[in-house]
Amino acid sequence: MDPQPEPVSYICGDCGMENSLKPGDVIQCRECGYRILYKKRTRRIVQYEAR
Amino acid sequence: MSSSEDESMSEVDEQEEQEKKTKSEGSVLDYIMSLESVPSKLPPHLDLMRTRVFCNNDAPDHTETIQYSGAYAALGVDNSIRLDKFCRNFKVQVNRLTEDDIEFDMMGIDPALANAFRRILIAEVPTMAIERVYIANNTSVIQDEVLSHRLGLIPIKADPRLFEYPENAGNDKNEKNTIVFKLHVQCEKGHPRITVKSNELKWLPDGSELPAEDVKPNSGSKPRTFTSFSCSQDSLPEFSTNPIAPKNLDIILAKLGPGQEIELETHAVKGIGKTHAKWSPVATAWYRMLPEVVLLKEVKDELAEELKNKCPVGVFDIEDIEKGRRRATVANPRACTLCRECIRGGKEWEDRVSLRRVKDHFIFNVESTGSLPPEVLFTEAVKILEEKCERVITELS
Repeated sequence: MDPQPEPVSYICGDCGMENSLKPGDVIQCRECGYRILYKKRTRRIVQYEAR
Repeated sequence: MSSSEDESMSEVDEQEEQEKKTKSEGSVLDYIMSLESVPSKLPPHLDLMRTRVFCNNDAPDHTETIQYSGAYAALGVDNSIRLDKFCRNFKVQVNRLTEDDIEFDMMGIDPALANAFRRILIAEVPTMAIERVYIANNTSVIQDEVLSHRLGLIPIKADPRLFEYPENAGNDKNEKNTIVFKLHVQCEKGHPRITVKSNELKWLPDGSELPAEDVKPNSGSKPRTFTSFSCSQDSLPEFSTNPIAPKNLDIILAKLGPGQEIELETHAVKGIGKTHAKWSPVATAWYRMLPEVVLLKEVKDELAEELKNKCPVGVFDIEDIEKGRRRATVANPRACTLCRECIRGGKEWEDRVSLRRVKDHFIFNVESTGSLPPEVLFTEAVKILEEKCERVITELS
């Protein structure tokens, strides 16, 4: 079994509020109650050619 | 090669000396030379065709340059290209010079050479430009690829002569071939939208600050980054007094809404315009031949007024002659754009005005994007052509 699962932060599709959710949590914005949440972009570096 | 030149030079000198002798000895030869049937130089109409382009109403005429040395052999005129003749006739005159703009006249040069300079300026004089973009975060509406492309086109104020081509160093990104910039802007929540401009690009003289993930950091030492600088560019005398930055600080890169953020790092390298236009050091580099406007007949009174009004750029002017009569003159032929408005309106106008271009007189315009001043750019172009010629000579010998 995994130890304590880390909370992941999501962004509300309506108000843009950041929400941290753990597995099993209700998928709903704490601020406005909107039920569509988006995952945040990772900070992994992406390389592009400037052309 | 040089010996043959010396020979031809001495021959010319001898001829001149002989001429001097004959002149002092007797005037018979002088008399013969002064006769009209013995031409000593090209007749005027042929000389005009050789040196001018005729801009007729339908199409330009006599546009070609006559290269063949024996083209006028039957007339006893030598048309060969000689170095001493070129040195005597070649002239450069600067008309206007500002921080990033130059206009100069180049006289006594073949169009092939003038065009070579133009093409080298556009495609072969190196500059520094952003080539790689490492994006850590971009939550703005502009896509990563589009943002990278925009970054690449920013002119950078750095002397490319102080840097090396990245190809020479293999895969090594060191302080001699890479300039690193960082961009980190964030629009706070609850604030109005902000516009990200090129002044947000901050120069990192010590190299990259982002850790390269694919390389496991050695325990104890600093984490590996995308560059391996052996010393700070800041410590080099060329940059300590003149820090590297974008040439224009007001180029819009992106717009950020509340809560949006851009964090990235860019690497600028040396390159030439042939590879990608972002490395082209000039905004424009162009030339035109010197316009020549000649009135073949006297244009007087109402016609003079009409001619003056025909020209949209004010080439013609009117002067007063005796008894209240007026005559058209060519006041400013340089302004002529070759619109041919003045020779429209029938055959009689074509007979009055002749529009020509001088074949070996070029009005050169160079507008720099800012990496080097325009006059330096041109001398760099000359050096590149010189290098090319030397390469051909060594190939042949």
